[in-house]
Order: sequence, then C-alpha cells, then structure tokens
Amino acid sequence: MTVADMIQVTHAKVLLGADQLDRQISSAFCSDLMSDVLAFVTEDTVLITGLMNPHVIRTSEMLDLKCILFVRGKTPQADILEAAEEMGLVVLSTTESAFTTCGQLYAAGLRGITMRGQGGN
Amino acid sequence: MEGLIHEEYYVNKGDYVTAGSASADMKRKLRQLGVSALVLRRLAVASYEVELNLVIHSLGGKLIFDVDSTGVTLISTDKGPGIPDIEMAMREGYSTANDEARSLGFGAGMGLPNMKRNADEFSIESQPGVGTTITMRFLL
Ligand SMILES: Nc1ncnc2c1ncn2[C@@H]1O[C@H](COP(=O)(O)OP(=O)(O)O)[C@@H](O)[C@H]1O
Ligand SMILES: [Mg+2]
Repeated sequence: MTVADMIQVTHAKVLLGADQLDRQISSAFCSDLMSDVLAFVTEDTVLITGLMNPHVIRTSEMLDLKCILFVRGKTPQADILEAAEEMGLVVLSTTESAFTTCGQLYAAGLRGITMRGQGGN
Repeated sequence: MEGLIHEEYYVNKGDYVTAGSASADMKRKLRQLGVSALVLRRLAVASYEVELNLVIHSLGGKLIFDVDSTGVTLISTDKGPGIPDIEMAMREGYSTANDEARSLGFGAGMGLPNMKRNADEFSIESQPGVGTTITMRFLL
C-alpha cells in the first residue's frame, strides 16, 4: 500500500512528508522497544510506535527507515520533528491504540516484516 | 595500507541526549564514500548499539573508525567498569541497564548479540575495574 492508503485506513494526521503520499509501504513493524527495532528490522518498513523521544528518529536513521506512524496521539516536539524533517521522513500520528492501528493496516493487506529464521509471515 | 578515513569520537557516560550522534556522523561520511546501503545499515546499527552501551554502561570511552580499501574497523574502548561475565552479557535478554535507558526504549539486552550478528568479525575483551574493548570489522 501507499502512505496515502495508510492514512485513509488509520485516519492518521500527516505531520511530515505531505509530498510523499505515493511512497510504497511494503511491511510494518510495531514496537515501543528501540532495542528490538534495531535487532529485528532489516528491511525498509513503517515503524509503528507509541514511544516518543529523539532516539525513535535516530533509530530510524540508522536503519534507513522512511516512515514512522505514532500511535496513542503521540505528537513529537519541535526538535524531534526537525530531525525527522532533515532526514526527509514521513511522520504520521493517530489517536488510536497500537493494537487497533495494526489491525486496521493488517485488514487492509499490510503484513509484518520477515522475522529472523522465518521465511515469511 | 594507508587508511582512507580515520575518525575518533569521545562518548560520555550518561549523555543520553546526544547518544548516537557519532554513529550518525560516521554513517554520513561512509555514505559519501560510496559504501553500499546494506553494509552501511549493518555498520550503523552495530555502531549505534556500541555507542549506546558507552553512554549507558561505561564510565566513558571512545569510538575509533578506520576505513581501508577492503573494509571498516570499528573499535570501542572505555575506561570501565568492565564486564565480569562476558558469556552472560552476550546472551539475548541479559541487561543491567538503568530505568533512564529503559524509558528511552533501550536495555532489552539485545545490543551485544546484535553487534555480533551485523559485523563480519566481532571480538570483545573486558577486565573488571579496567575497561572493555570491542572490535568489529565490516567488509566492503
Ligand atoms: N561498555 C560496557 N561497559 C560495561 N558493561 C557493559 C558494556 N557494554 C555492555 N555491558 C554489559 O553487557 C550487558 C548487555 O549489553 P547489551 O547486549 O548491549 O544490552 P543492553 O545495553 O540492553 O543492556 C549490559 O547490560 C551491561 O551489563
Ligand atoms: Mg546495549
């Protein structure tokens, strides 16, 4: 699906990247634990998280992620948004819970990343 | 062989806000050198993990990057407190991280195994009361 599809399905607000709505999203990973994001993500994926601090952006930078979807109404402060903008990230925010957001995206056809030691999901 | 790039970054204990800036800076430099996206990501992840460990667990230390024509060597060396049981520390899930690190999304005990997985070569030496040195090599 595209970023535009994700927005439609989750009713998310676009905080950054309104010019990248046609970007393709091929998988998703949801976690508030950046340790696990760093340990499991090896592909371009959307990061769905309720954690809000500069290390969410820095973790995305290390992994070359292009899109973050904040859940539970988390809205980044100016310094966090600035860092994300510098990287050209798409940043979305929804007031829904992680569970509901993931369910909406799954129902619309999006799938999780390929986990280590598994062929797919 | 004459190195292409030699960089050193000092990393302070407890400097949670800037943790990762050395790794981000090095990643930009290596991208400019034309290092492939795959190697760049593996190196950046391992470097970020080892940099976070200096901030969270060490009394302060430094990161040394050496780039030559066949790869990148990354050395993290610190001034203590050292790791009493390396085998235990290398296990997924083992962590002595404090609440501050955990509140930022770290301290899941995944860092050292993640470094080992991402690096082409990995070695760790530690002496309690003296310090820890981790050497990683990434082939280009
Ligand atoms: N540079 C270091 N100095 C002292 N102890 C360290 C250092 N790096 C790692 N450790 C120890 O090894 C453990 C495991 O590290 P790691 O796998 O990165 O997990 P985490 O950082 O999440 O705790 C740490 O909790 C800490 O006890
Ligand atoms: Mg760690």
